Amino acid sequence: MLIYLSIIITAIFVNNIVLAQFLGICPFIGVSKKLSSAVGMGGAVTFVMVLATTVTWLLQNFILVPLHLEFMQTIVFILVIAALVQMLEIVLKKIAPALYLSLGVFLPLITTNCAVLGVAILVTQKDFNLAQSIVYAFSTAIGFTLALTIFAGIREQLSLVEVPEAMRGVPIALVVAGLLAMAFMGFAGISIG
Amino acid sequence: MNFFKLIYNGAVKENPTFVLLLGLCPTLGTTGSASTGMSMGLATMGVLICSNAAISALKSLIPDKVRIPAFIVVIASFVTILQLVMKAYLPALNESLGIFIPLIVVNCILLGRAEAFASRNSVISSVADGIGIGFGFTVALTLLGAVREFLGTGRIFGLEIYPENYGALVFVLAPGAFIALGFLIALFNRLKNRSQSC
Repeated sequence: MLIYLSIIITAIFVNNIVLAQFLGICPFIGVSKKLSSAVGMGGAVTFVMVLATTVTWLLQNFILVPLHLEFMQTIVFILVIAALVQMLEIVLKKIAPALYLSLGVFLPLITTNCAVLGVAILVTQKDFNLAQSIVYAFSTAIGFTLALTIFAGIREQLSLVEVPEAMRGVPIALVVAGLLAMAFMGFAGISIG
Repeated sequence: MNFFKLIYNGAVKENPTFVLLLGLCPTLGTTGSASTGMSMGLATMGVLICSNAAISALKSLIPDKVRIPAFIVVIASFVTILQLVMKAYLPALNESLGIFIPLIVVNCILLGRAEAFASRNSVISSVADGIGIGFGFTVALTLLGAVREFLGTGRIFGLEIYPENYGALVFVLAPGAFIALGFLIALFNRLKNRSQSC
């Protein structure tokens, strides 16, 4: 049980996917101007990340490894993720229109979110089993949502502040992200198990 | 189209990092030193030139409706080739760039150029565009890597400028990446505004 707790704490705080591993920066900068859209993006990423990691883990361990096709990993994974996102969009539209309305706009953006592909590849590198992979994907996505929500909250306030002209927009947002990353470095000493 | 004009356009006017703000993940993740930043830039540039050339050669064969998946397959194939080549000949570099090599697939610069340029232009101008954009990306990554390495450890490309003890280690770590990039983009904006107002 301890190993799962360790995976959760590490993925959310110590090795936060955005602030320590630099994955998923595009949505982190792009979709963080408003708190509500940040929460929506976080929900969509959580959904897709868990699903994609499960599917790619099964593919990797039951098809690619037995057939010695590990070098095809990149191509297979990105196609699976792209197909999955498309399918999810169609299924959600039919089954849960309310959920589709709140997550729908963010779904197409997720195909090129490197965090999703990154996590799928990372779990194969770390040799996690299926349960560990799912827990890792879920907690990584929670870490992403947490960073995105905090950042969006700060940016909403930031838009009211007077900033030198050249620093306006993305540059000052990046500096703020740097300070946030510094705060998250405080978790670095934690280790469990 | 003028070959050199295309290169200038890609490297300065449409610099992928400083102007278009694309491909920020590898920009932040691989610039702990100038040399790793430059290697990442060159690797991306190689894939970009190949994928631009292939997509522009195949543009009349790819049906419009499935063009995005087709582009992704082309890009992913070249990334796989790059991965295998690097594993065979540059294992140390492959190790230090780590996950960012397979993640070239989801770099928005590649898909962006395929969609915006290579699918509409001839092979030669697509190659020129690839060289230009790739060069701009490499310069940006090298610059950011050099700034971080200089402030963090007192070196540039491993050459000691001042003793390491005086360096601010935070610039080599994660927060420094964000802060250094923020200030570099601000500097680029400032220079651009000044040259326009003159």
